Amino acid sequence: MLLIPCPNCGPRDETEFHYGGQAHVPYPENPYELSDTEWSRYLFYRENPKGIFAERWVHSTGCRQWFNMLRDTVTYDIQAVYPMGVPRPDSSRDGAPETGTASTAPDSTTTGSAGPSISTTSIQSTTAPEGATK
Amino acid sequence: MAETAASPISAKTAADKNLAARVSPAKQLAEAFAAGSLAGTVELSELPFLTMVGLRASAGSDTAQRLAAVTGGLPAASGAVAGSGDTSVLWLGPGEFLVVAPTEAHESLGGGLIPALRDALGGNAGQVVDLSANRTTFELTGPRARDVLEKGNSLDLHPRVFKAGTAFSTEIANIPAILWKTGEESFRIFPRASFAEFLGRWLLDAMREYASPEVP
Repeated sequence: MLLIPCPNCGPRDETEFHYGGQAHVPYPENPYELSDTEWSRYLFYRENPKGIFAERWVHSTGCRQWFNMLRDTVTYDIQAVYPMGVPRPDSSRDGAPETGTASTAPDSTTTGSAGPSISTTSIQSTTAPEGATK
Repeated sequence: MAETAASPISAKTAADKNLAARVSPAKQLAEAFAAGSLAGTVELSELPFLTMVGLRASAGSDTAQRLAAVTGGLPAASGAVAGSGDTSVLWLGPGEFLVVAPTEAHESLGGGLIPALRDALGGNAGQVVDLSANRTTFELTGPRARDVLEKGNSLDLHPRVFKAGTAFSTEIANIPAILWKTGEESFRIFPRASFAEFLGRWLLDAMREYASPEVP
């Protein structure tokens, strides 16, 4: 059971909340100009990172307000709670190594610090130890 | 307050008729509540037909101030309860409140609360909705009331944290309900009408170990 700090009500049980999926998915500027592939990308394709994930939650049996949350999908550590419409906070990336040291998975830090692309950082994380051993 | 009752006598009989025709959501459990309660330990009863009004007005707006003038204040944060006299206002969310008043405050019984709130809102952004039939009210009292609630609620109900005169919208027995601590050993629970029977039976079950004769 997660204990989620609602910005209005304070810490409450996870069962009082509902999940709203990935945060910061912008509605397309001109939906009519999109191809079917692009439209389906917008509708159905979401990130599935190992590490820090920005997601939406609603406190459905409490204050009924939506908010954004940064959660580590490996450790379930909740790093930040911030209002809807606010850009994803950068401080979480500074905070990521701390949770990385606490977590058992060594690559959770690298994916956690990766905002845009997971594949590049995972390549970096695999190449870096090789360089270190050589 | 706009008192619009034309003749008090006819209004009174109409109100009596009105009340006699109503059936509260947990009416069928009244006997079970009486049987399952033990005076001085834990007691459960239904307070039927309290007047409830849903308010919406953004905090600090003129509308909110006018509504507050009618109710005797609006609570500012989670848990807070404002109000004056027998009218209380519970905080449900930012800009969302629940007014709880006695049965007689309802329009249909000649009360002036809802029209006064409606006048205060006027045509401005916000909401005044009669929600009296939306929820029913359970009153759980006694030294064991907290133990009963702790079986189905994850809030910290210890008196050092949960003070008398606070109310939270939360989950009790996995259903959404509002929990209002009205006194040191008395709680009001507001489940939705459709959950009243379930929550009533759940509370009776939770009370059984305290309200039964002690096994020697």
